Amino acid sequence: MSTKLQILKLDVWFETIHAVKNLDLEIKSNEILGIIGPSNSGKTSLLRTLNRLTELYPNSRTTGEILMDGENIFRQIDVQALRKRVGIVFALPLPLPLSIFDNIAYGPRLHGIKDKTKLAEIVEKSLKAAAIWDEVKDRLQTNAFKLSGGQQQRLCIARTLAVEPEVILYDEPCSGLDPISTLKVEEAMQELKKNYTQILVTNNVKQSARVSDRTAFFLMGELIELGETKQIFTVPRDKRTEDYITGRFG
Amino acid sequence: MRDTQRTERIAFAVLLIATIIVIIPVGLIVLLVLWRGLPALTPEFLLAMPRDGMRAGGIFPAIVGTFYLTLGTAAFAIPFGILAAIYLNEYAGQNWLTRVIEIAIINLAGVPSIVYGLFGLGLFVTFLGFGASILAGSLTLSIMTLPVIITATREALSTVPRSFREVSFSLGASRWQTVRHVVLPNAIPGILTGTILGLSRAAGETAPILFTVAAFYLPRLPQSVYDQAMALPYHIYVLSTQVPNVSVKIQYGTVLALVLMVFLLNITASVIRAKFRKRKTW
Repeated sequence: MSTKLQILKLDVWFETIHAVKNLDLEIKSNEILGIIGPSNSGKTSLLRTLNRLTELYPNSRTTGEILMDGENIFRQIDVQALRKRVGIVFALPLPLPLSIFDNIAYGPRLHGIKDKTKLAEIVEKSLKAAAIWDEVKDRLQTNAFKLSGGQQQRLCIARTLAVEPEVILYDEPCSGLDPISTLKVEEAMQELKKNYTQILVTNNVKQSARVSDRTAFFLMGELIELGETKQIFTVPRDKRTEDYITGRFG
Repeated sequence: MRDTQRTERIAFAVLLIATIIVIIPVGLIVLLVLWRGLPALTPEFLLAMPRDGMRAGGIFPAIVGTFYLTLGTAAFAIPFGILAAIYLNEYAGQNWLTRVIEIAIINLAGVPSIVYGLFGLGLFVTFLGFGASILAGSLTLSIMTLPVIITATREALSTVPRSFREVSFSLGASRWQTVRHVVLPNAIPGILTGTILGLSRAAGETAPILFTVAAFYLPRLPQSVYDQAMALPYHIYVLSTQVPNVSVKIQYGTVLALVLMVFLLNITASVIRAKFRKRKTW
């Protein structure tokens, strides 16, 4: 598998907090990389650096390099183009106060698609890919806030898919969902593997075990261990990884 | 235990009385103005020119003048105020320039209205040569209204959740696209309400128009923006202090007309707010 993202000597600060420390990490095309670790371990900061959302915080500072398909995301790729190519699904379902249809069409419209049939096609395709089409196809014009939490989160995945990204970042996407909705989101992720590189930050260790190909364990901003998911969960090399996944701390 | 209950009862009484005292002046003003002014408020009074040195006839030119001035103020203050607020809230970084602008706006809000009048006289009437005119008066009122509109707009923009912006940015939107499609649609009700309240304040001001536009006695309608105009607040001042033997009926009728105009604007603001609140889903 080829390399999709190459992270080199990355450091991220928020004011005086050193959130990500000297990180080297390679993410392969079409894999699902699970990132686990206790809170404050830098998982979310890393995700938000990958599509440069950290820049919305005036006190954040980043050094090091991130290459996507060999191009430096800080210098060679325009920030809006980068965010189109690297989509994110947030921890809480965050629909915009618009109809279901307009939520999905929001991204494509930003990028200049005006044709109504084209937009309708994209909306249908994205909702199907996020496994929510059957539940909403008869009420595309209702406000997205009327959906249940699990449906809203799959709507948000569909909205991310609608701009046709290459990489999808998930920031604890199931933290507010019930087990059945969680299962549906996880199934959608497996389905999306064919076309997308996915990074899943999760507080739920078992979720990473179920879903990801490789798992990375972070602690206090440092990458402690990275390996095939099976290896991490059966024969972890580092004592701290073992302690975390067996629930001895965190 | 006894003591806490007694203190509680006293606190309740004191707070209630303080609140009721607030209503008394408003209620008295409205009652008095209605009682003395309502008999004067005939269609003829509202739509006729003043006669006999303002001792008879109507107040039509003053109503039209105040209407034009409010419209002119809206034309200048709304676009500049809203754009400045968008800049400060959505674009500006935390630096010295932003802080200077913010301090300037706070101070602008604290300047006495007569100072605006003199400033307008110096800048618009004399230096820029607009003369005493609707243009000069509207500009002066605009400057006075700007801080109100900027502050109200910023507050409305701040109520739009930060997460909406993040979602928009995360989908590849530019700052302007985010403002245009996510922030503004959700802030519009608050912006409208604040803006209208600012305008209603401007409509009732006397000092800023004193030297910049207001005509003492001009029994015709203004022909262009370079024309002087009568205006209700100044007309009230003239009727009550400058012209002898004006009937009380005419004085209170004029006051009632102005109060009604301002009320109408305020009620419009409340209706807009109520209507949008019903539609709000988040």
